[in-house]
Amino acid sequence: MAMASRWGDWVLGAVAGPTMLAAIYMVFVYVPTDSAQGIVQRIFYFHVPAAIMTFVAFGLVALASAMFLWRGTRFWDRLAHSAAEVGMLFCTLVLVTGPIWARPIWGTWWTWDARLTTTLILWLIYAAYLMLREFAGNADQAARYAAVLGIVGSVDIPIINRAVYWWRTIHPAVLVTREGGSGLGDPRMQATLLVSFVAFAALLFWLLWVRNESARLHDEIERLHQRLIVEHGHSR
Amino acid sequence: MAAAAIETRGLTRNFGGVPALRGVDFTLAPGEAVALFGPNGAGKSTLLRLCATLLRPSSGSVKIFGADGGSGNPQVRRRTGFLSHQSFLYPDLTPMENLSFYARMFGVADPPHRVHDVIEQVGLVGWANRPVRTLSRGLEQRCALARALLHEPDLLLLDEPFTGLDVNASAILRAVLDTAHRRGAALVMTTHDVAQGLASCRRAVILARGKLVWDGAVASEARDEFERRLLAVMQQPPRAAA
Amino acid sequence: MLALLWKDLQIEFRTKETLASLLMLGLLTLLILSFAFDPMSELRGEAAPAVLWVALIFAGVLGINRSFLTERENECLQGVLLCPVDRGSIYLAKVVGNVIFMVTAQLIVGPIFVFFFNLPLSWALARLIPIVLLGLIGFAAVGSLFAAISVRTRAREVMLPLLLLPMVVPVLIGGVKASARVLAGKALGDVSQWLNLLLGFDALFLVVGWLVFEYAVEE
Repeated sequence: MAMASRWGDWVLGAVAGPTMLAAIYMVFVYVPTDSAQGIVQRIFYFHVPAAIMTFVAFGLVALASAMFLWRGTRFWDRLAHSAAEVGMLFCTLVLVTGPIWARPIWGTWWTWDARLTTTLILWLIYAAYLMLREFAGNADQAARYAAVLGIVGSVDIPIINRAVYWWRTIHPAVLVTREGGSGLGDPRMQATLLVSFVAFAALLFWLLWVRNESARLHDEIERLHQRLIVEHGHSR
Repeated sequence: MAAAAIETRGLTRNFGGVPALRGVDFTLAPGEAVALFGPNGAGKSTLLRLCATLLRPSSGSVKIFGADGGSGNPQVRRRTGFLSHQSFLYPDLTPMENLSFYARMFGVADPPHRVHDVIEQVGLVGWANRPVRTLSRGLEQRCALARALLHEPDLLLLDEPFTGLDVNASAILRAVLDTAHRRGAALVMTTHDVAQGLASCRRAVILARGKLVWDGAVASEARDEFERRLLAVMQQPPRAAA
Repeated sequence: MLALLWKDLQIEFRTKETLASLLMLGLLTLLILSFAFDPMSELRGEAAPAVLWVALIFAGVLGINRSFLTERENECLQGVLLCPVDRGSIYLAKVVGNVIFMVTAQLIVGPIFVFFFNLPLSWALARLIPIVLLGLIGFAAVGSLFAAISVRTRAREVMLPLLLLPMVVPVLIGGVKASARVLAGKALGDVSQWLNLLLGFDALFLVVGWLVFEYAVEE
């Protein structure tokens, strides 16, 4: 078991590290500056993959939550928790890079466009999920409640997205809200995006693995600790 | 052959990784009465709540009257009555209202009559129309007992029912248990009072650290010997049971 | 299920706690927002629906929270779980109860809202009713589920809004948008898109809640 853990760590890390370095290189050196938006546009190569990954992570949370409620094994619960933490990380990244990008381009920090707003709400749901786990009574309850939240949240996200989209498009748009994609003519840009995407995906899985292993080891220690208490005397 | 009132196999229940019950095999025939003894933390309440379907097993199975005790089987609960430290009574409603509510929830035939009968049985007649909040602890417990018996369950699960009862209430409880027994109800009662427990039950079971360590009939002559055995279990230094 | 509903109504008749808090909080929120938005100014038309819905939601969160607090005393929820009743029915009874309470509170807060914002008494107001109703149902559907969870956590009062508010964003958006158009004189047919959103939300989450409630409530 320990071997598999190390193995997973190294392999995923070995994929994530170099690809991320490659992505960074490509974003800062290789890819040409976008003629319309300038240097700031480079953030796009981080912003978009991070956004995709955060939704992938949430999908994972939803799936693991459902499996946990159905099967009840700790494995799914740990997976859901790890996915939520890693997803939260990526979500924060998206919400930070978004305004940094928006400000020079459109002159505002925040655009209320559908995708960014949905991501904001996703961030709030992530936060609620993690707080719930923190504040629920005991570990079993925390796991179950969080799973309920995960499922309800995942059902809701598409609806929220729709609702926010309609919210923005019924009113005349103040800003042009295409966040990118119109100017990706240059094949170097496409390549950079692709590499960045792969790098972020690798990063997601690596972090997920590390976090999950950490949770698993934590559970293992708890179990052994309990056995120790039983065999050598109650603490009362 | 009628299904056993309770049948557990390898029943295990963990709370956050800590095992409260470990592989308990236990059978209760219909109409049988058993007293459950054991030190604190042995898993007595957990066992009772698993039988009442308030908890789900972590592994193993529990069957009540042959039906699986999961939440997918609501009808199983119709035949079970559960009494615990908490009264499960709404403090802002009167005993009459609380009992009428539970009568309807359990599908009791002719609720008004039954509620009246049960209120008389537990001696709550004078207080039936005041909010439960205003009742003393003893009276509240009587009402809780009434709630447990309202639907004439075939299986009674009582968690330390005699604790904190005054002489009057104890007498009422014993009378009620006798009636139920004559009606053919099975009974599982946890208690710390050996005399009370063995007065109502022929069979005794000792639970320690989540495992069943003794299970048998205790005749009235063998009472002292049983007490000594129980004491020995309670005083055992905590080591993993074999 | 009716027995459950009746029990909740009975408790409410006796104590009136939930109604009182819904009412008071609704009025207070209305008042505070009136100061923030100045009902006499030209912007009142735009601000009015927002104020209405914010008041509804803030009060609603508290009201729904209360509905499960009554089950905490004496562990009554466990008593109910002992009954041969489907967990989903318990959920539906709670949802219906909460909707009834919120609607009742609105019967008073609503007219006061109209007075404060000097809205003309026209058919537009009547068209608000189905919108508010659909919104409250959706709100109660998700809220009842999450309230069952949040009353069992340590940070009780804080937990429910934290869980609930992000989830009910569609209700807020749909409700405010539809209300705004209706108050501006449009017919219900014009806001069908928002009504469909609310309807879909309600239906979806009533089903999800009904299915998932048992996990929120068992141990």
